[in-house]
Amino acid sequence: MKFTEPAGPNAIDNQTIISRPVSRIDGRLKTSGGAKYGYEQLGPNTGAAYGYVVGAGIAKGKIRSLESSAARAAPGVLAVVTAENAGKLGKGKYNFAPLLAGPEVHHYHQAVALVVADTFEAARSAATLLRIEYAAEKGEFDLQAARARGDGQPAPIEQDPADTSVGDFDGAFAKASIKLDETYSTPDQSHAMMEPHASIAAWDGDQLTLWTSAQMVDWHRSDLAKTLGIEKEKIRLISPFIGGGFGGKLFLRADAVLAALGSRKARRPVKVALPRPLVFNNTTHRPATIQRIRIGAELDGKIVAIAHDSWSGNLDGGPPEGAVAATRLLYAGANRQTATRLAKIDLPEGHSMRAPGEAPGLMALEVAMDEMAEKLKLDPVEFRMMNDTQVDPEKPERKFSLRNLRACLQLGAERFGWSRRPMTPASLREGRLYIGYGMAAAFRNNIAMKSDARVRLGRDGRIVVETDMTDIGTGSYTIIAQTAAETMGVPLSSIDVRLGSSDYPVSCGSGGQFGAVNSTSGVFAACMKLREDIARKLGLPFDSKFEGGRVASGEWRIPVGEAAANGDLVAEDGVEYGDLDKRYQESTFGAHFCEVTVDADTAEMRVRRMLAVCAAGRILNPKTARSQVIGAMTMGVGAALMEELTVDKRAGCFINHDLAAYEVPVNADIPHQDVIFLDELDPIASPMKAKGVAELGLCGVAAAVANAVYNAVGVRVRDYPITLDKLLEKMPIRA
Amino acid sequence: MRAFKYSRAASLKDAAARLAETPNAKLIAGGTNLLDLMKLQIETPEALIDVNGLPLDQIEVTQEGGLRVGALVRNTDLAADVRVRRDYPVLSRAILAGASQQLRNRATTAGNLLQRTRCPYFYDTDQPCNKRKPGSGCSAIGGYSRGLAVIGASESCIATYPGDMAVALRVLDATVQISDADGETRDLALADFHRLPGDAPQVENDLEKGEIITSVTLPKPVASRQIYRKIRDRASYAFALVSVAAVIGKDFARFAIGGVAPKPWRSETAERELPQQGVARFSQALFADATPTRENRFKIVLAERVLQSTWTENRG
Amino acid sequence: MTSFPLPPVDRRTVLAGATAAATAYSTGLSAAGLASGADEQTVTLRVNGQTHALKLEERTTLLDALREHIGLTGTKKGCDHGQCGACTVIVNGRRINSCLTLALMHEGDAVTTIEGLAGRDGQHPMQAAFVKHDAFQCGYCTSGQICSSVAMLDEIKAGIPSHVTEDLNAEPKRTPEEVRERMSGNICRCGAYSNILDAINEVSGAV
Ligand SMILES: Cc1cc2nc3c(=O)[nH]c(=O)nc-3n(C[C@H](O)[C@H](O)[C@H](O)COP(=O)(O)OP(=O)(O)OC[C@H]3O[C@@H](n4cnc5c(N)ncnc54)[C@H](O)[C@@H]3O)c2cc1C
Ligand code: SF4
Ligand code: FES
Ligand code: FES
Repeated sequence: MKFTEPAGPNAIDNQTIISRPVSRIDGRLKTSGGAKYGYEQLGPNTGAAYGYVVGAGIAKGKIRSLESSAARAAPGVLAVVTAENAGKLGKGKYNFAPLLAGPEVHHYHQAVALVVADTFEAARSAATLLRIEYAAEKGEFDLQAARARGDGQPAPIEQDPADTSVGDFDGAFAKASIKLDETYSTPDQSHAMMEPHASIAAWDGDQLTLWTSAQMVDWHRSDLAKTLGIEKEKIRLISPFIGGGFGGKLFLRADAVLAALGSRKARRPVKVALPRPLVFNNTTHRPATIQRIRIGAELDGKIVAIAHDSWSGNLDGGPPEGAVAATRLLYAGANRQTATRLAKIDLPEGHSMRAPGEAPGLMALEVAMDEMAEKLKLDPVEFRMMNDTQVDPEKPERKFSLRNLRACLQLGAERFGWSRRPMTPASLREGRLYIGYGMAAAFRNNIAMKSDARVRLGRDGRIVVETDMTDIGTGSYTIIAQTAAETMGVPLSSIDVRLGSSDYPVSCGSGGQFGAVNSTSGVFAACMKLREDIARKLGLPFDSKFEGGRVASGEWRIPVGEAAANGDLVAEDGVEYGDLDKRYQESTFGAHFCEVTVDADTAEMRVRRMLAVCAAGRILNPKTARSQVIGAMTMGVGAALMEELTVDKRAGCFINHDLAAYEVPVNADIPHQDVIFLDELDPIASPMKAKGVAELGLCGVAAAVANAVYNAVGVRVRDYPITLDKLLEKMPIRA
Repeated sequence: MRAFKYSRAASLKDAAARLAETPNAKLIAGGTNLLDLMKLQIETPEALIDVNGLPLDQIEVTQEGGLRVGALVRNTDLAADVRVRRDYPVLSRAILAGASQQLRNRATTAGNLLQRTRCPYFYDTDQPCNKRKPGSGCSAIGGYSRGLAVIGASESCIATYPGDMAVALRVLDATVQISDADGETRDLALADFHRLPGDAPQVENDLEKGEIITSVTLPKPVASRQIYRKIRDRASYAFALVSVAAVIGKDFARFAIGGVAPKPWRSETAERELPQQGVARFSQALFADATPTRENRFKIVLAERVLQSTWTENRG
Repeated sequence: MTSFPLPPVDRRTVLAGATAAATAYSTGLSAAGLASGADEQTVTLRVNGQTHALKLEERTTLLDALREHIGLTGTKKGCDHGQCGACTVIVNGRRINSCLTLALMHEGDAVTTIEGLAGRDGQHPMQAAFVKHDAFQCGYCTSGQICSSVAMLDEIKAGIPSHVTEDLNAEPKRTPEEVRERMSGNICRCGAYSNILDAINEVSGAV
């Protein structure tokens, strides 16, 4: 299906199954221990051996020598894989540091070896017997220093330019009545998904089966082939359940490559899970940013000038963090500019983490907006509404496909009781606690991506959907079943969904909040094709109705299964997009509100109420979509108050590399969370009239919390995370 | 985890004898700290002696009217004991503020006292650390030190003792009962149990090779208000940035501070002068010799503020 | 019921890759351990009512014994260091982190994992409530959350206080604050906490 014009009325509009709060169809498996993740696909008595990954002990330099004889001689050891004996390895399209180091070391904990043994314990202890000598080299690990030196290059944000400029920012800013010029920083962050990266590799001759934990089956497969120097067709890649990814499992990682190499050497299936303390430096992370924001407005609250410059760092070949992306689109203002600079920093690979660009960008922009509202003596909600725009402010001829930001702000303010907020900071106290309210706008782009699927109708009327789409907790299994059931007019219970295998047609995969909208659109397309095939087979017109398990036309009511009486009917199709996303700007919008308490003695901050209002087109399943949003809100609380990979600038590593030292929110940090979805359809965005929502839920949350903390105690912190030490000395001692 | 010989101790005597005669042997109680460190080969015992079967899991009333807490009493049971809740609430509070319920269900009195630092460099075997590898240097000095000690540290180590329970035990004037291979026992004030690093940060306490902790004794309860405040970045399942254990009676006040030093930090001298001098002075005296880093200086401010409010809210 | 098949596992691939080690894996549970040369001991665990006599390397954790030796993979390994709670199981009625204990330390102990929680009834009320309230997303922390929830309600019943219990000398209550604190040893990076609380409240009858 080529999607080149806005969708008209279609089968999805019935909403008898789609858009209903259906419980997950894999819920029973996941709550009973029955869902087997990649690493669990080979159990006892399958001959699988265990690989333990050893990470580099330096950040930059060379391996001078790697002595493995002691490890090889250790009991139970089957093989040791190093760059020296691995054969020639390529580099995947999406990797920019090799996944196996040697002799060159590009970052701390980059894999230098895999020790394979017949038990996990034997592999782990033998791994410590490797004697590795390094020739360390000086690296640059200090973004702030690089920025101070001006040592960075303009770097494009994917397809978009590094710098943009409209009108005369400098002139307009100079003349503006009210001005803000502040610098904000966001730290390096870790995805910290609960399942570490893990794979099992098994060779059969030159055929490789890899069970893994991948968000993008086809990317992993292609990059594994490229890395191993074999044909993609030789690899069968299976990622049935994924214990969280958040962008950290978008790309092929060392577990997969080393499992394949280890299995080849040991001539056994090999299981490799990254040890948790290795995950933080070995894999990717969200890079730190330093962002300068300048806003100029007239006394009436209209923005006349807005500029956003962002710095981030990365290894050679790595992308910048696109923190200015949202500023290009979120608010009106005739004179505007953005700039993205990338410094060469020798920390581990920086890459996408949930809502890359927008999440850290809004951490700065939405605090700046709060500061500006205060300068203007305007309600921050009002200030945002005044500067709303229905067109791309950089290219006013481009409209948004659908933009209901105002409605989100209004409804949110009303439901949250925003009018009850303390008007002056530090004015509301309950015993030992200061109370503060904060809000922020949410913004995240929609991404259109090709996605294919295959559907098969059996004689019994059951329909099997196959696509290499993954379910990383997003609910793909469920919404795909709902899409197929709705389109085919059969009950949900008649659908079998098979995902996460390279045996199936290539989908968009999971990431960038593009998964749900595109994968269901692809399934919808395949189902529409199957409907045609069924109608043809039954000799009914193409516009027959599919309802209640039957195909209806005129007097006819024929059970769908009859079309497959002589054998399964199989249809394969997908969605492909035209230039609608060029003609229109497709984005999702929202508003976050929260209430925090700050302890007057200790400055400990806790969030006690949260609300998100989201406008993201058709919501495919309000239950699973809500879970995505509350999960994102939780991550936003982490970003605001605790998450930070701390850089040791001498060693060139993130030193707090485990789950005790890298704190993410626990249950006690999170209050009841409310989510409201606006009832809307976006026919320009996709045939489903849906857009993504999973990342929107994160964008703006941290700023809302930051603004609430300011409202509570009157101390503005511009360096995340906002920890108590940054408030303490500025807060008066309680009488 | 390096391979080791595992055996169960049949009796205290048996455990002590084996501990003394097996080179590089260790006791294992809850295992929640030891196994964590063994997996990283920060601890590499060649033999583990499992003491879990020993009858050291009772809480008994002493002749003096105090409580003797067996070395193997689980943290959960100690915190939930009705006598402890009633007479030593600061101890219940401190234990409950630590770790998670799952960990407290395994963790024991002795094991908790002996838990090792959470200094991130101690946990990273690729980084120099004098405590882990004497003589290799201290990475935390000049490195990331936000969570580390502001006082009692040395030029060779600035790690903190991370536990909560011991802070309460310190303010309660508890003593530790220790038994050696010959069955000899000794009593040690908790105040003297943990050592400051000096130039040997790998030695963290006063236990000699072959010695076993058998119990911890609490003196007779005193009429008092007892408070434990633990300050941390997230609301639970996190170590203290600073914690304050307080026992405040009609004419006395005792405070021990956690998270600031290589041991629970307390000054009896300063306490005696508190009623006359006030909290600000008290805090100054307590931290008189502090050597904070830029990153952890806030701990002193934090401790002072908590002392201030705890005192104001609970005195008299 | 919607059936929910996994992508089929190709037996041939599994076994063919392993031919070189045929003897090692065909001798059963203890085979892997034998080859590793480390000392082994036997231990008898009662897991979900079933007795398992295992011959294990001494350093095998309870978690690895369950996952890699018995094949009960419902219990998850998130960190292997006591920092996440994914490995929570119930041993003799109490929840613990199975990654920080040795299997050998549990001779004769009754271990309940997610697979055994429901007994013969098919679905424990807590499992049903988790599905109903969508109290999970990726599902990786979920076994730990559910085991933890069940044991946690028992702990409240048994009068075990928590960090947020206001009056230490009174019976603890099932307030949201109590439940949140008591569930804080189970990290959910998908952030399902608000729904987890709703699921637990439904089972405990609290509002
Ligand atoms: C993620 C995480 C978070 C935590 N958070 C906190 C926290 O916030 N606050 C806190 O206080 N603690 C915390 N802890 C630490 C936890 O409380 C300790 O791990 C636990 O108390 C150790 O007790 P154990 O019985 O398991 O000790 P083990 O691990 O069995 O033993 C520890 C040491 O004590 C020795 N030992 C044990 N028994 C004896 C004996 N009778 N005589 C002599 N030596 C003995 C052992 O040989 C070993 O060297 C946390 C732990 C983890 C993993
Ligand atoms: S502070 Fe102590 S534990 Fe930390 S690195 Fe220095 S010596 Fe090691
Ligand atoms: S795996 Fe045991 S607590 Fe994380
Ligand atoms: S459901 Fe994914 S971590 Fe909890």
